[in-house]
Amino acid sequence: MGHTITEKILLKHTKLKYIHPGEFIKAKIDLALGNDITAPFAIEEFESLGIKNVFDKNKIVLVPDHFAPAKDMKSANQCKVLAKFAKKHGIKNYFEVGRMGIEHVLLPEMGLVVPGDLVIGADSHTCTYGALGAFSTGIGSTDLAAAYATGECWFKVPESVKFIISGRLNRWVGGKDLILHIIGDIGVDGALYRAMEFAGTVIENLPMDDRFTMCNMAIEAGGKNGIIAADEITKRYVKEALRFGKRSGISQKRSGKYYSSDPDAKYAEVREYDARKIEPVVACPNLPSNVKPVTALKNISIDQVVIGSCTNGRMSDLRLAAKILRGKKISSTIRLIVIPGTQNVYKQAVREGLARIFVESGGFFSTPTCGPCLGGHVGILAEGERAISTTNRNFVGRMGHVKSEVYLSNPAVAAASAIKGRIAHPGEVL
Amino acid sequence: MSYKGRVHRFADDVNTDEIIPARYLNTTDKAELAGHCMEDADKDFAKRVRPGDIIVAGRNFGCGSSREHAPIAIKAAGVSCVIAGSFARIFSRNSINIGLPIVESPAASKDIKKGDVVSVDTVKGVIRNITRKKSYKFERYPPFMQKIIRAGGLMQQLKRRV
Repeated sequence: MGHTITEKILLKHTKLKYIHPGEFIKAKIDLALGNDITAPFAIEEFESLGIKNVFDKNKIVLVPDHFAPAKDMKSANQCKVLAKFAKKHGIKNYFEVGRMGIEHVLLPEMGLVVPGDLVIGADSHTCTYGALGAFSTGIGSTDLAAAYATGECWFKVPESVKFIISGRLNRWVGGKDLILHIIGDIGVDGALYRAMEFAGTVIENLPMDDRFTMCNMAIEAGGKNGIIAADEITKRYVKEALRFGKRSGISQKRSGKYYSSDPDAKYAEVREYDARKIEPVVACPNLPSNVKPVTALKNISIDQVVIGSCTNGRMSDLRLAAKILRGKKISSTIRLIVIPGTQNVYKQAVREGLARIFVESGGFFSTPTCGPCLGGHVGILAEGERAISTTNRNFVGRMGHVKSEVYLSNPAVAAASAIKGRIAHPGEVL
Repeated sequence: MSYKGRVHRFADDVNTDEIIPARYLNTTDKAELAGHCMEDADKDFAKRVRPGDIIVAGRNFGCGSSREHAPIAIKAAGVSCVIAGSFARIFSRNSINIGLPIVESPAASKDIKKGDVVSVDTVKGVIRNITRKKSYKFERYPPFMQKIIRAGGLMQQLKRRV
């Protein structure tokens, strides 16, 4: 019996000859990520072991991004814990504000993740790197602490589900709409414990940024990881990322291993979609699976628009939003918050004139942070307020008050909604 | 191990933002986290919960973020065990790693009501609803996980190795 990409990567990181879904394994990891919320616990736990050194200082990445730049004193202390630990153990991949970015935009951009890698991160959206043909999954702080000590993590080998998307993308439809459509179809636990493998002609032609968006939200269907076979598009991206990483002082010797699933690999399920039937969609409160076409929601008024996050804070997302907002003013009743994914995206947006478009339109444009996505800072919602956001979760109270609401969309829909002051289709303004 | 306690009921898809909202994630203080446990799903839970109480929820309990603060808050609030129809993946591994007993039983999750007194025997794999005189079998953890649980969590297991 053949193996899926997910099984192949897991197998390669063990001493075993064969693995099968359901089996418990211990696997060696290539990278362990932590942030200002999850790493402080991990560091406390690691230090309680009384071990002197971490397993490999070059395989640990620390990114203060959730509450950074520190929103209050307690958050400042948590960020400081990361900086101190990085200094103590000579961990170079610690990213201070000014070099920092939202972790899942930053790591691929810096070439820190390459195809075939096994990555764990104490953040649920670590599944993003599956877009590079890597196995990556979210774990907890204790797992991270154990990995700091041993360089290993325990896994239950997941069954795989294949999502084949064929046809052609409609106008204004991107990776965000595809993944929301899938989550709407299978539900928030539709892929529980499973690997979500995306394939088909649409995926084969999909730009990297959209692939990241899709794999990023695998967790919103309960998935263990999202994964897309690495191809020429991946290769071009990784080559550029490794070059950029090198210029940024990151020494990365790996260039990646390219895996694809065997023809006789076993899937728990295969689901097929025709992209021609998918239009721009919005996930309504309070679950990412509560998906409706944008056109059905035009009477929903909003107070705030957020464009950014690990889901949609990349260059192509900002370019798309700017295309809609160019030369226009947002509604006077709206707060528009645009947050680039990384310092590099930030700089590029300034160079290309996108920053100017956002600000001239009446928006707010800031240094990278996870900020409002999780109700952290920079755009918290008051009781009864409503936001449309390019982020990944619309749970109760996610962006602020328990009686506030979040609608999830792609950047074009979010930008059009900012102009109209209500949920709007990009076709209405362009 | 066996646990006995009074039940607090929750619905399907309770996410980690409801278990411990992000506004409280700027600390690693367990007692402080316990004080806000389940706050956005049930505002007064932290005030009402008593040591040994049991949480019974629907499907996909603990979905969303990887924050270990969620099972930590539940454990530190004194909850002895969580029963659900199913658990989200990261919440499930975090609970095992920190030694919070979690039990999957769709049938028990459906039947058990708020205020019922329930006992859970993780060795025999039986949940007993003492109030309603009904019992349910559940599948015990695989040996790999049992070892972690018996050690008292992943770090305790590791401490024995180093």
